[in-house]
Amino acid sequence: MNRAIATLRVCGIAAALGSAALPAHAAEPDVAAIRQEIAAMRADYETRIATLEARVAAAEAAAAATSAPSPAEPGQAVDEPVELAEDTLDEPPATSAPAPANALNPGTSVVLNGNYFASSRDPSMARMPGFALGDETGPPSRGFSLAESEVTLAANVDPSLYASLTVAFDGQGEAGVEEAYIQTTALPGGLTLKGGRFFSGVGYLNERHGHNWSFIDMPLPYRAMLGNQYGDDGVQVRWLSPTALFLEFGGEWFRGDSFPAGNGADRGAGVQTAFVHTGGDIDDSSSWLAAASYIHTRADARETQDPLLGTDLFSGDSDLTILSAVYKWAPGGNSVQRNLMLSGEYFLGTESGLFNGLALDRDNTGWYVQGVYQFRPRWSVGLRYAALDAGEVGPLLAGSTLDDLGVGARAATALLEYDSSEFGRFRLQYTRDESDLRANDALLFQYTVTYGPHGAHRY
Amino acid sequence: MIRAIVLAALLALGVSTPSWALSVFACEPEWAALASEIGGPKVTTYTATTALQDPHQIQARPSLIARARAADIAVCTGSELETGWLPQILIQSANKKIAPGAPGNFEATRFVALLERPARLDRAEGDIHAGGNPHIQSDPRVMIPVGKAMAERFAQIDPANAALYRSRYAAFAVKWQAALVRWQARAAPLRGQPIAVQHKTWIYLETWLGLKRVVALEPKPGVPASSGYLAQVLGLLQKTPVKMVIRSAYEDGRSSTFVSERAHIPAVVLPYTIGGTPGAKDLYSLYDDTLTRLLEALTK
Repeated sequence: MNRAIATLRVCGIAAALGSAALPAHAAEPDVAAIRQEIAAMRADYETRIATLEARVAAAEAAAAATSAPSPAEPGQAVDEPVELAEDTLDEPPATSAPAPANALNPGTSVVLNGNYFASSRDPSMARMPGFALGDETGPPSRGFSLAESEVTLAANVDPSLYASLTVAFDGQGEAGVEEAYIQTTALPGGLTLKGGRFFSGVGYLNERHGHNWSFIDMPLPYRAMLGNQYGDDGVQVRWLSPTALFLEFGGEWFRGDSFPAGNGADRGAGVQTAFVHTGGDIDDSSSWLAAASYIHTRADARETQDPLLGTDLFSGDSDLTILSAVYKWAPGGNSVQRNLMLSGEYFLGTESGLFNGLALDRDNTGWYVQGVYQFRPRWSVGLRYAALDAGEVGPLLAGSTLDDLGVGARAATALLEYDSSEFGRFRLQYTRDESDLRANDALLFQYTVTYGPHGAHRY
Repeated sequence: MIRAIVLAALLALGVSTPSWALSVFACEPEWAALASEIGGPKVTTYTATTALQDPHQIQARPSLIARARAADIAVCTGSELETGWLPQILIQSANKKIAPGAPGNFEATRFVALLERPARLDRAEGDIHAGGNPHIQSDPRVMIPVGKAMAERFAQIDPANAALYRSRYAAFAVKWQAALVRWQARAAPLRGQPIAVQHKTWIYLETWLGLKRVVALEPKPGVPASSGYLAQVLGLLQKTPVKMVIRSAYEDGRSSTFVSERAHIPAVVLPYTIGGTPGAKDLYSLYDDTLTRLLEALTK
């Protein structure tokens, strides 16, 4: 096949030469070019022949090896020449083979998590005075439990669309659509549109799936002010500026069913966000990312549960500004041996509206800093400190869920992580949690495994 | 004054001026060098990784996304070498010119018959690549087919300069062929020599030079060796001695050094790509330096 093409090309060149009714001064460089091309072809063929010779040599070696098998060596310690030869002789699959019916199936990846939890205080009674909490933001139940299991199906839909579905099963087997979105892949000008159900791009941690968090749980401000992470049904637009400095702008419009919104206020369009991300390299070893985000949510008779005080109702606005900074370091940029990740975020929120029918208007703040250091391949340690400060509620709401009872919520967390590979992770996390009237000591062990084709992770 | 400030601000932001050249986002230094050979003054290259970084595992950093946004073509190895970071860069950069399937998405491994295609696709086998071993650049002969395909791809994307790309490739091929002859002659003493490798990175180098790999210092690709495994390796090396143990510049040297000291063989650091050693300054000196280091080890 190749030879035929080459022959044709040589003929073509010969024809060109033959029909050279061109002036001599123009023809000369042509001849040089043709000579060069012939030389290139020759080089090409010699390379191929050399490769073939090498293969023949390998095949001969393989034949020799199989005819005189060597005594068994311990374990899989040895690369038998046989195996090498087999590898060497492997050919790319024949392109003419009919594609199986499942060839266009989406990539399927699975995440499994399991916990063991011990704590000095009963987790089912865990509160955070000063904050009405969304569902599933508290600690897991004591002892062994299955945490969320996720199945993700993702694929390109057509040349201009990508789609991803993530179904999460909780420990009781109840399934929920965690994310289901379509995203453009071929818009001009650095634009990307996304629609469906997805995690908002605000903050740094919000967009990350649980299996990709640095610690087992989210830091206090995410738990208290975004219900762990804010995801909802809506649309997103992102624009990446054509600058050498990474500069990305984004905005979203959501339905407003998820905490801190609720019940699809404003006719099912109660949440708007805006964010800007920037970042770059300091040198080969270190890089950074910074973000500023704003999210406005509206709730219409949002229900939250407090273990002591029962159901609370909130109607009104919650606005949140988040400033985020991330720094990553690895010697020479090679993160395999050692690497460090530092991040911190500051949350400034306002709530205004009616809480259980009583007027509420206050500012809340929260922040965390965390660092994870991989000190040798597969082993990491981490530290995190987080704090919340709920604003005053006034006499009407004194004693309600929103009364912080003088508690300034604080939590200090230490982490030890061992990775059996990129896809298997075992974490032991200790938290001294001072977010309730009495401090809680909690020890959480978790495994997280991912299998199936798993997408690359965000920075 | 104001104009100067605005200009300085624009420069600081790195606002890209209308490109007079093909902007190449090269995943690894060797492809950046090859792109320069072929594109000459008509291309500008940005290299995403250095020789001291493991190209399997880098972060999808903001700087890379910004660079990919402005690229006309991404020139990468492929065969899943960059699977841990490149897909994220491609999707976040929202640049359809370099999206998978677009002409500006160039994977060098597509133009070379890959070796070590795994018979069994299972992560129990460690870090395996379904398409075959992606570390093709350790055999300089691949630069001929890859360079040729690259020239054609440049010509397709930038037809105005097609003739230049093709003639530069032809000139490169002639020079490269001469270098190959020179290297092959220099490397003659290496033919048939038994070696140990730290990671199975070197199958193409082994094929090129006729080196015989006796053992790898990893039980499975990407799985670090335990001391028990290294003891097995040492036992094997007593029965089947090797001349040296080789590793790439980005790899940690502990297991190589351990085996080198106990088996009394030299541990050789090879540049792997341009910049891996002080001597590997460009595409030609990459292989000069590789051979120098191998030949030196042979005489030890």
